[in-house]
Amino acid sequence: MDILVCIKRIPDISGQITLDESGRDIDGSGLGHTTSAHEECAVELAIQTAAATGGSVTVLTLGPAEAVDQLRAAVGVGANDAILIEAEDPGAFGPEDIAQVIGDVVRDRADQGQSFDLVMLGNDAADTGDFQVPIRLAYDLDYPVLTGIQTLSAHAAGGSGRPAGSGGSAGSGGSAGSGGSGAIEAHGIGLAGTEVFSLDLPAVIAVQEGGVDPRYPSITGRMKAKKARIAEYVAPEPGAGNPRIGLELPPETASAVTILGEGPDAAGALVDVLEEIGVIRS
Amino acid sequence: MTLVFVETDEAGQVALTSAEAVTFARTNAETLATLATSLPAGQPSGRSATQGNVAQRPEGGSDESLKVEAAVIGPLTGAATEQLARLGVETIHHLEHPDLEAYSAAAWAQALVDIAPEAGTAMASGTPRGMELMAHVAVRTGQRMAANVVAADAEGLLRQVLGGAAFERLQLDGDLQVLTIAGHACNPEETTPTSPEVLDYELDVAEEDLRTRVLRTEVETADDTSGLTQARAVVGAGRGVGSENGFGEVLELVDHLSGALGVSRVVTGLGWRPHSEQVGQTGSRITPDVYIACGISGAIQHMAGIEGAKTLVAINTDAESTMVQRSDYAIIGDLHEVVGAVNEEIRSRRG
Repeated sequence: MDILVCIKRIPDISGQITLDESGRDIDGSGLGHTTSAHEECAVELAIQTAAATGGSVTVLTLGPAEAVDQLRAAVGVGANDAILIEAEDPGAFGPEDIAQVIGDVVRDRADQGQSFDLVMLGNDAADTGDFQVPIRLAYDLDYPVLTGIQTLSAHAAGGSGRPAGSGGSAGSGGSAGSGGSGAIEAHGIGLAGTEVFSLDLPAVIAVQEGGVDPRYPSITGRMKAKKARIAEYVAPEPGAGNPRIGLELPPETASAVTILGEGPDAAGALVDVLEEIGVIRS
Repeated sequence: MTLVFVETDEAGQVALTSAEAVTFARTNAETLATLATSLPAGQPSGRSATQGNVAQRPEGGSDESLKVEAAVIGPLTGAATEQLARLGVETIHHLEHPDLEAYSAAAWAQALVDIAPEAGTAMASGTPRGMELMAHVAVRTGQRMAANVVAADAEGLLRQVLGGAAFERLQLDGDLQVLTIAGHACNPEETTPTSPEVLDYELDVAEEDLRTRVLRTEVETADDTSGLTQARAVVGAGRGVGSENGFGEVLELVDHLSGALGVSRVVTGLGWRPHSEQVGQTGSRITPDVYIACGISGAIQHMAGIEGAKTLVAINTDAESTMVQRSDYAIIGDLHEVVGAVNEEIRSRRG
């Protein structure tokens, strides 16, 4: 099964953020870059699924030239090749634009003989949190789409397949799976438990963290990443554009913490608070 | 008008998050109507998939554009109808069909599209289903969509980005604004009860829209996050716990509080605890009466998950950590020593 995984270069944030001069974006100077947790899981799930079915994994990003770092990181953990859709100002693209540009590239790759059985993305990007690019892409490609998926099993019927991620060893056999035939079983967390879906290929899947653990790059992976073949495209001008007017930071609130004390001696004061709230089991 | 997709639980009660979304729709009705570029038509669009509108919509009444209507897919209980009445809903669109019993995002979204206004607002709570359905609705109606909206004013919508560390101000062009409301953006607020009109429909469900239907649901306790999201007390544990075997004290405290354990992403990343216990941007968002964060520094991704907690308590060695600074109460010290002493105190007071 040949799989395309779409990833996004995002600032690596853990603490306080500041805005840039335009007020439209955060000040990225001094920040490192990474990809979203959901996308790291999508890459891992793709690698496991491709390995179980004798397929390949291609990673794609729409971003600045520097986003090649994130593509190489994905190759370093096992993706086979990469596609960069270069956009100097990715922030000018709205979710509709991103879906359409990716859709166009998927069609162009198919024209060039590289077709994908499965297109995977993260459920939402950690920075913009739009929750819609996978679904818009699926409609653009006319593929079925699932969101919130954590594990996959390459054999849909019969239940003999070992879910990628929950097993550990790769499933045996498997369909050759290029050209967009066959089906796949997908698992996601629903309201009452694990929801199981069967999906005809080709399809779009949005992955949620929690089903697989992303692996770390190996030494050989790092070497491979340096030499990875990267197909390059130039993004067209955005059509719909980004509806963002600007960013705003939450008002800084002064800390109102009451320090109950230091060390074990303060335990009584905390138990008083918990009794007051009324949460201690009688 | 504003159409709100309302989720119900297994007992047929309106989900808390949906009650929040309905409240948001009602209390922001004028702003939402102004932001929607043209005046609503006020009638279901009657696209081909809807065959018959069983009940007749009454003439006149209050300003159509300020009306809040709800859509419920599946069984509609009397309890839910009463809850929606107290939340000020004037019309309930009841969408029930054998093919909609199992969840299928495309089919459910089309049912919503069939009854959505041509102009106005369509919204849901920012739950996984709410997000997924509104994205489908947006594409099917050719509209844009804003996820995790927290406020609306004359300048546009404000929505959470960067896991809640910042807000994005935006305006959606188009006749129908499609959005989801971030969890706990507002508290459910009752109003003068209405006598909601319930509209039943005969729906046509396209076979193609059932391609992604849920085949079955497997109940595995390991994946169950309901204990965490519904607990009145959650004890949080972070890197400070030290190892996979370091959860003894915090688990005892969980037991004393009949609560739940919640952990930071570091803890699940290290494989110490399952992902179903993770609290934060990519885990559960919780709303307990009290959250006791033990050895958690307070990365924004974690803070995103605990905004709904009523009281925050931190137990941490670092008095300057974000978690301590953002808490209501804190004890500075080693979590093992402090939590151990808290457990002992609770045991001795119980006698």
